[in-house]
Amino acid sequence: MNTILETVDLKRTFGAVVAASNINIKIGAGEVLGVIGSNGAGKTTFVNMVTGYLEPSSGQILFHGESITGKKTRDITRLGICRSFQIPQLFMELTVIDNIIIALTVAREVKPSMLKPTINKEIFDEAMDILRRFQIDQYAESEVGVLAQGIRKLIDIAMATVGDPELLFLDEPTSGVSADEKMQIMDVLISALKSTKTAVLFIEHDMEIIEKFAPRVIAFYEGTVLADGDAADVLENEKVREFVIGKEFHRQAETEQQGGIA
Amino acid sequence: MMNLDRTEKLLLAGIPILILLGFVLPEWVVNYIQVSLGTGLVALAVMIQMRAGLVSFGQGLYFCIGGYAAGMAGKFMGVSDIFILLIIGMLVSLFMAFIAGFLLRRYREIFFAMLSLALSMILYGLLSKLEVLGSTDGFNIPSPTYLGWAPEGDTAKHALYIATCIPALLCAALLNRYLRSPMGFIGEALRENEIRLEYLGTSAHRAVHIKYMIAATVSGLGGVLWALALGHVDPEMTNWTTSGQFVFISILSGVGNIVAPLFGTFILEIVRVYAVEASPNTWQMILGVIMLLTIIFLPKGLWSLIQRKKASAEETTQK
Repeated sequence: MNTILETVDLKRTFGAVVAASNINIKIGAGEVLGVIGSNGAGKTTFVNMVTGYLEPSSGQILFHGESITGKKTRDITRLGICRSFQIPQLFMELTVIDNIIIALTVAREVKPSMLKPTINKEIFDEAMDILRRFQIDQYAESEVGVLAQGIRKLIDIAMATVGDPELLFLDEPTSGVSADEKMQIMDVLISALKSTKTAVLFIEHDMEIIEKFAPRVIAFYEGTVLADGDAADVLENEKVREFVIGKEFHRQAETEQQGGIA
Repeated sequence: MMNLDRTEKLLLAGIPILILLGFVLPEWVVNYIQVSLGTGLVALAVMIQMRAGLVSFGQGLYFCIGGYAAGMAGKFMGVSDIFILLIIGMLVSLFMAFIAGFLLRRYREIFFAMLSLALSMILYGLLSKLEVLGSTDGFNIPSPTYLGWAPEGDTAKHALYIATCIPALLCAALLNRYLRSPMGFIGEALRENEIRLEYLGTSAHRAVHIKYMIAATVSGLGGVLWALALGHVDPEMTNWTTSGQFVFISILSGVGNIVAPLFGTFILEIVRVYAVEASPNTWQMILGVIMLLTIIFLPKGLWSLIQRKKASAEETTQK
């Protein structure tokens, strides 16, 4: 595996509360990983530390072997690590296309111009291509604030991908979305990301989505990594079943496999 | 050319039109236009900050710094050339904003508003006590010269009027260009979501700082033009009532277009004239009522009337 990101004994405390500790994770180029864990298990804390939102209390974060520990969010983004959010972070009063254009503008220009007009045919077409890739081009001229949560999630993810990141963190990409839309959203975003060589780590509570889209799974429990490996192995892991998934999920899956027993 | 949009073309076309009007309109109207262009630039500065979600209740600070810098250059250094005075006013304002910006860029909403107000009132207190600068009375500024040319009488008035119109409208056109630029777009985004901006790879603090410095420079320019138009500066320029007036104009005119505050300032000046005439002791009440009605019926300012009209015209065309 060509490792692009490695965390070494990563720890974060809030006063006496240990939100994450002893986190040692390696992520390879182009890999797709699912992260599971109950609320408060440390999943988002991990993402926040790697993306610079939180500074680790101790430990190291290495990107291509270079330490990025304690770097600012924007500097980490510029290195090629981007993220989407559990609650989409968008420019709500602007249109969808303007959101993407702003993202493209910032991604392209380290020192943005103060006199050159932003909108031209080239950037408009590029933004439309991105929207088409995420199948939301029909909302281009709509104000973000009036759109459904599922669409907002896709815009949030689309914005995170405009700088062609090497590593993308998706924090619960299907949370707050109806059960019917979940698979659809994941299908759209995985197919949109397939054409890139971006490694994707997504946090998810829905085990069906994990089983379908994550070849590798990391399970968090009480701030530590409980299991890390092939999806099948992790989801079968006794501790993971007990502390993270709950045995119910497997009973249900087994029942479905056996054709259903009343 | 530079791919000018409609507003920029309007502003550039407005330069010769305003200059010609200066020879046709009554003197008192020309005076109001001249004064309005000076204060209008400060309202513009307030407006561009408002578009980023920053309400400055202390923009009078840079209006005053610009005016005093030019005045002091004339009084103590004997500088009378208008071009040098304009540059001095803008540079001193820019420098002060560069320093103060490191503090202000960390605050938003009411904290930004109050801190900007506090800074302007510090200067007000200082100037009111400084006898060498005339304390509360301020001091007079001599008529400017133009690259060695020192006109007198009506020629001097016209020259100063022209010298006000050109930089004011050019500055407005440049500001319009700035709002259309990536940096201007980032300003809009700033109002909406700073976290996302940081995660896109840019610094929200830096964007605020740059915007603050631009606003200060423009206000400084407005201050010099206003001071030269009146031939006088005093600490009232940085008093909270003056700063409040700039915010008033921005709300009255709306932030939808760069031209709006320039019109808004002129309208306010005219309304004030009639309000004072109609009710000399309670004219502020008339302004207050206008403000109230604007907020209730036109929350996006007077400019939204033009936008509505434009939108309905487009609808009619489509039908």
